[in-house]
Amino acid sequence: MIIPQFCSWVENTKMAAAIRTSTWMFPTIESIHVLAITIVVGSAAMFDFRLLGIASRDRTVSQVHREVLPWTWAAFACAVVAGFLMFSSDAMKYYQNGPFRWKMFTLLLVGLNAAIFEFGPFRGVSRWDSEKKTPISARLAGGISLVLWVFVVGFGRWIGFTKI
Amino acid sequence: MLPNFCNWLSNTPLSVKIQTILWIIPAVQTVHILCVAIIMSTMAMLDFRLIGLAGTRQPVSGAVRRWVPWVWGTLPVMLLTGCILIIGEPTRELMNPYFRTKMAMLAIVVVITAFIQLRNRREAYWESRALAAKFAGAFSLLLWVSILTAGRWIAYY
Repeated sequence: MIIPQFCSWVENTKMAAAIRTSTWMFPTIESIHVLAITIVVGSAAMFDFRLLGIASRDRTVSQVHREVLPWTWAAFACAVVAGFLMFSSDAMKYYQNGPFRWKMFTLLLVGLNAAIFEFGPFRGVSRWDSEKKTPISARLAGGISLVLWVFVVGFGRWIGFTKI
Repeated sequence: MLPNFCNWLSNTPLSVKIQTILWIIPAVQTVHILCVAIIMSTMAMLDFRLIGLAGTRQPVSGAVRRWVPWVWGTLPVMLLTGCILIIGEPTRELMNPYFRTKMAMLAIVVVITAFIQLRNRREAYWESRALAAKFAGAFSLLLWVSILTAGRWIAYY
């Protein structure tokens, strides 16, 4: 398996060592990571709320999609970079950490759910764009997304209580 | 005085319960962070609109009406979950300079947000004061980001 080898390589880089030994680098990167995640989850939730017909009901689905999801993607990129830097500082331990693995698995499901929605129900959005009540497939995608993001945050927080 | 209060609080049955049931603190923190997610996102949308960097197809007055109610709806849950965390670990929070700075900044940003909302009731108030709107938006955004950062740093004092 190449993942453990990658982990031991990355945690032995100068960058990883610097993050590990510095008193301020890890919390600073962590703050950026949390800030990015709040924008990811909050903006994704705005779109999910529209799909569920809970908020932004006076706007079309594609309008909220256009307004909000660029924020999600930009913040997600920041979260991944900051997250990877934290991971690199102690890669092997994170790789072996249960909640970390669950978080990554849940993120995979988030991506899968979003991809299915984008290439499925959203293709036909023009038929229900201004409907307050979207098709069941779209509402399902929104509901699943919300629940999965709650678990991503929960597992993420849990890492801090289990990583030795 | 305050150290004694922290000591007393940490020995109350409720605090002991929060300390001994291991999943309570991470679960409450998760709810707390989800609330931060709602507030940060809605306030980022509002502040970027006030500054004039995003959402400019919508007038400022509409953006204020759209985003500010989310803060008032979420803040009570934030405060409740925050209080549970304080009861669980009073000394870690109340005696912590990051926590105190965070609370001071929170008080200021609540006043600013209420001010933005109240002035918005007047016809085209912020639209006719572009510079003041930019300043209010930038100050609010800076405060929210600082509050989040201070919150994260509580753990590192």
